[in-house]
Amino acid sequence: MSLFPHRHLLGIEPLAPAEILSILDTAESMKEILDRPIKKVPTLRGKTVVNLFYEASTRTRSSFEVAERVLSADSLSIATATSSTTKGETLLDTAWNLEAMKPDMIIIRHASSGAPHFLAQHCRPSIVNAGDGAHEHPTQALLDALTLRQRKGRLQGLRVAIVGDLLHSRVARSNLWLLTKLGADVILCGPPTLVPPGIEALAPVTHRIDEACEGADAIMMLRVQRERMSGGYFPSSREYHVRFGLTEARVQRAKKDVVVLHPGPMNRGVEIATEVADGPYSVILDQVTNGVAIRMAVLYLLLGGQSEVQA
Amino acid sequence: MSGNLLIAGGRVVDPAQGLDASLDVLIEDGRVARLGEKLRAKNAERLDAKGRIVCPGFIDLHVHLREPGREDKETIATGTRAAAAGGFTAVCAMPNTEPVNDQAGITRAILDKAAAVGVVRVYPIGAITKGSLGEELAEYGDLKDAGCVAVSDDGRPVESARTMRRALEYALAFDLAVIDHCEEPTLSQGASMNEGPVATWLGLRGAPAAGEAVMVERDVLLAELTGGRIHIAHLSAAASADAVRRGKARGIRVTAEVTPHHLFLTDELVRERAYDTSTKMNPPLRAEADRRALIEALLDGTLDCIATDHAPHTQDDKRVEYDQAAFGIVGLETAVPLCLDRLVRPGLVSLPRLVSLLSTRPARLLDLPGGSLAVGAPGDVTLLDLDRRYVVDPDRFETKGRNTPFAGLSLTGRAVATVVAGRVVFRA
Repeated sequence: MSLFPHRHLLGIEPLAPAEILSILDTAESMKEILDRPIKKVPTLRGKTVVNLFYEASTRTRSSFEVAERVLSADSLSIATATSSTTKGETLLDTAWNLEAMKPDMIIIRHASSGAPHFLAQHCRPSIVNAGDGAHEHPTQALLDALTLRQRKGRLQGLRVAIVGDLLHSRVARSNLWLLTKLGADVILCGPPTLVPPGIEALAPVTHRIDEACEGADAIMMLRVQRERMSGGYFPSSREYHVRFGLTEARVQRAKKDVVVLHPGPMNRGVEIATEVADGPYSVILDQVTNGVAIRMAVLYLLLGGQSEVQA
Repeated sequence: MSGNLLIAGGRVVDPAQGLDASLDVLIEDGRVARLGEKLRAKNAERLDAKGRIVCPGFIDLHVHLREPGREDKETIATGTRAAAAGGFTAVCAMPNTEPVNDQAGITRAILDKAAAVGVVRVYPIGAITKGSLGEELAEYGDLKDAGCVAVSDDGRPVESARTMRRALEYALAFDLAVIDHCEEPTLSQGASMNEGPVATWLGLRGAPAAGEAVMVERDVLLAELTGGRIHIAHLSAAASADAVRRGKARGIRVTAEVTPHHLFLTDELVRERAYDTSTKMNPPLRAEADRRALIEALLDGTLDCIATDHAPHTQDDKRVEYDQAAFGIVGLETAVPLCLDRLVRPGLVSLPRLVSLLSTRPARLLDLPGGSLAVGAPGDVTLLDLDRRYVVDPDRFETKGRNTPFAGLSLTGRAVATVVAGRVVFRA
């Protein structure tokens, strides 16, 4: 019996709680490798991974690349600027061409929701969703959960506020699935224009950030893209910060040992005040390290689940 | 192309005459000549209809034949073959071709082509505005003289209320109905499915049902203001049906059509099928509450007829990311089996009522020939077998389109023969 009975990682929604936990546990053992003087194991030697990034990404892409190297997988990264899409090639043609090079896995980041599902339906390699449109970003939610679990020792019963642009955020959706599946007590917060219909089915929604922060064990801030202003979702970044931004005073409403997470990149002075971003409860850099461990775990579980981690 | 035909031994269901009886139908020179028991005819081919339902030919008010301009998606030949195979003896061709059918010359070209290669009757619909750009009115007088039976900018809403007002007024001079694709574009910008919980979880931009209803409300009010005749295309939302219902109660000249996919499917399918682009059309599949409201509106007469919005696309236009895929699905070959299986079989709609929704009503809405088997009517007949199994297999479609969410479905009941002007154009 495999630890993770899936060929692809397309989202958190289809995963059972035990499967999520097995990724987190695997990541813990992967993290130990990162602390060794020689950060390399031969686990995925001979496996080929393609990082297919149709959207700009520094953190996620480099995190996957580091994970691939530590596990000795061969990898190549294709970013939009250098791909054939600029020559008008379809996603399917690109995927078929890559498939012909016999990779074992394609990691895809794409602006269209469902693009990873489309690949999974049309080609053979394992597909990992590295963020699709406003749908999901499963490895982000997993690394957030790992970070929370390290800090709090558990996820069950934790009060977690997810604050910001819930409408356009794949990070919010993946985290919402993951945290509710593992028994956390989630509260959602954002301006009404950025709260998608039906989301309240999974967690209560408030439009007052003070209320969301009250007694929180963790506050998860979402990036607000500046172009949302031109979409008329809110009048100014100034008012956004005043009404929905995470300030020092608001953090004080949370539990004493609250942690603040942000998937990055941050808009300092919009969704998060600089003193909070750089403050003692910020675990934003832990998230980055855990990101590598989570991606190693995902690669391992999907590609090398039969071999020995400690090899 | 007219012929003599004796359709013998069937059960004739003709709501136009209030008829439901075992009768023979004799067609001479392309028109219904006699109805009666045990008719005899020299010089007439005989079509055995024992155990079959014999009804006035079905008429689809909403079809995209794509010709001229997008013959890669469909042609008048393939589209009318699909119509015949689905039991339709006439189709109304939407004007969003390339070029748009906004001039008599284009209308005539379509009709000439239909006369040459068409298998069923083709009634072109002209554009409301030149190029369907929503600005200047097209020449309705010329369009009507050339053969257009209505005007529509289908595929695009008429954004400007003033333009819609003028269209409704001007069309009065030619007794043309104005068919509107109701969509408030600022509410549906960038949308690829219905707005609601399913779109939220799939991370797809949604078009709210209110974006349709707000335009239906506007059109009803403008029809009241002008006395014009408005027909709502592919009505999909509960609130839209409500607007039409209230408009009708006030005596406003508003009618509406509904598609089989909006009657039988919901936006949940987009999730179930994991972003399958054959679930993408405009208006989108709505919520279950909308679907139920449409069934109710169909039963209480708020919705006048069933039309397919047959929208064939190439595989290339559909085999892409969901938000990049073309809107629309094919419908000509699945509509009748779906309606028989999902409406008539469970007893939701009586057979005569379904015949009315597919034939009598559409004919009357646009003042088309047909819709009846009365003596003197066109010899257009659809034969149904209520027990024949039909498995939806896109590879066996006559249409060039393969884009259907119904693939693989096993349905009971279908058209087994289609007769146009006394000639059998399709047999199954």
